[in-house]
Amino acid sequence: MTQEIIIAGFGGQGVLSMGKILAYSALMEGKEVSWMPAYGPEQRGGTANVTVIVSDEPISSPILSTYDTAVILNQPSLERFEPLIKPGGTLIYDGYGISIPPHRTDINIYQISAMDAAAEMGNPKGFNMIVLGGLLAVHPIVQIENVVKALRKTLPERHQHLIPANEEALRKGMEIIKS
Amino acid sequence: MKGNEAIAHAAIRCGCDGYFGYPITPQSEILETLAAEKPWETTGMVVLQAESEVASINMLYGGGGAGKRVMTSSSSPGVALMQEGFAYMAGAEIPGLIVNVQRGGPGLGTIQPSQGDYFQATRGGGNGDYNVIVLAPASVQEMADFVDLAFELSFKWRTPAMILSDGVIGQMMEKVVLPPFKPRRTDEEVIRQCPWASTGKTADRKRNIITSLELDPRVMEKHNLHLQEKYAQIRETEVRYEEKLTEDAEYLIVAFGSAARIAQKTISELRAQGIRVGLLRPITLWPFPYKRITELAAQVKGILSFEINAGQMVQDIRIAVEGRTPVAHYGKMGGIVPTPEEVATALTEKLLK
Repeated sequence: MTQEIIIAGFGGQGVLSMGKILAYSALMEGKEVSWMPAYGPEQRGGTANVTVIVSDEPISSPILSTYDTAVILNQPSLERFEPLIKPGGTLIYDGYGISIPPHRTDINIYQISAMDAAAEMGNPKGFNMIVLGGLLAVHPIVQIENVVKALRKTLPERHQHLIPANEEALRKGMEIIKS
Repeated sequence: MKGNEAIAHAAIRCGCDGYFGYPITPQSEILETLAAEKPWETTGMVVLQAESEVASINMLYGGGGAGKRVMTSSSSPGVALMQEGFAYMAGAEIPGLIVNVQRGGPGLGTIQPSQGDYFQATRGGGNGDYNVIVLAPASVQEMADFVDLAFELSFKWRTPAMILSDGVIGQMMEKVVLPPFKPRRTDEEVIRQCPWASTGKTADRKRNIITSLELDPRVMEKHNLHLQEKYAQIRETEVRYEEKLTEDAEYLIVAFGSAARIAQKTISELRAQGIRVGLLRPITLWPFPYKRITELAAQVKGILSFEINAGQMVQDIRIAVEGRTPVAHYGKMGGIVPTPEEVATALTEKLLK
């Protein structure tokens, strides 16, 4: 199995770290992974995206023309990446700030109100983990327990106390995603 | 971990004595990782942010001249600044490792990935008749593995070695198994292994003079001939490359580094369409695998050189092919990285018509 995923949104939303956690979790399950950011003079408020590939086979190109799954967190990214999803693929997006919703009929579209949920939970920084939870509900690429393990491994000491809040955010995302 | 981080960890693990560098995107994580790892507290490796790239390469000249395993890293415009030092090191036969994580050019260009420094690396931007050994990693694993390999080759042949990477391999994260720890050589080991180095003259030996200057043309010619003899031996013995699905190939893609990764997906896509394409990936760009390409030229109906530049390695391919089969180039510039699909389209349009 190979999952070719693009995660795209605004800088500061946790797009790159969400991809990193997903890649680490998959690595812990013994999968092959690649994480390729669109790096550049990125800043809070600019656009950011990362290509994550998870596979049972060695990965060839880290750069892709089309994707199995797109996780979209702002309007410019939706316009750019919706056409690049393979027919039968998956689009997950947060409706917050999206004025023109996705329109394709040959892909599976899911919506997740992660921005609202994060605000309700009083955990605005948990936004990306809510989205990741949603992604894992649709495609169980990795076990949620391994995501928590990956967080333990990658978060610096001073942020380790945030792990329970992140786990809560992941589970929230799994609950609230809808097609 | 990122390719850049892998370079830093591998340097600490392979007994590197010193790193001198100046930050530049997209390779700053090398210096950042070294600073965070503080190897001066563990292995005794020196990590120094130099005042410029010119300073870095001259610190390499000094460290290498003393027989130490020293390295620097930079990206394209920074490596351009170092070229004088390359020629001096080659002339004075000083080992050392230079890592170039390429970005787009010319000039300051862009911070996005490119392979536009192929000529600079394989033809030499410095003066005179010299070559440096150039290794092109295509994965984060090879970023780690090639650090020690480059040092080994560099000391074996007493000539600078370069790892020519790019923003894709430097910035991407992949699984990596770090090489085992190898201690730094002791002073006694350096003296034994590098009898030519400036390690402090003792009564029982002549002075070791490290220089690239010789004003007597007869002596200088002799030195040039010695260097050329050495380069011929390197060409004979150190060529490295990898092939994928070439046995039955009717068409061949030649690509190195990140482009080779993209091309791997291209060949599986084209094979799914019934087009028998193979991939040859030069691992050493100098010495270049001319011989193997000449052999494959007799077998295939056409060769596509896929490089993220305007067409540089394609010249070496043409030298190898000598008109036996059509050779085309495909690439992009400006920091745009072609997708596997675009490479497939280029191959069908340029060679299958």
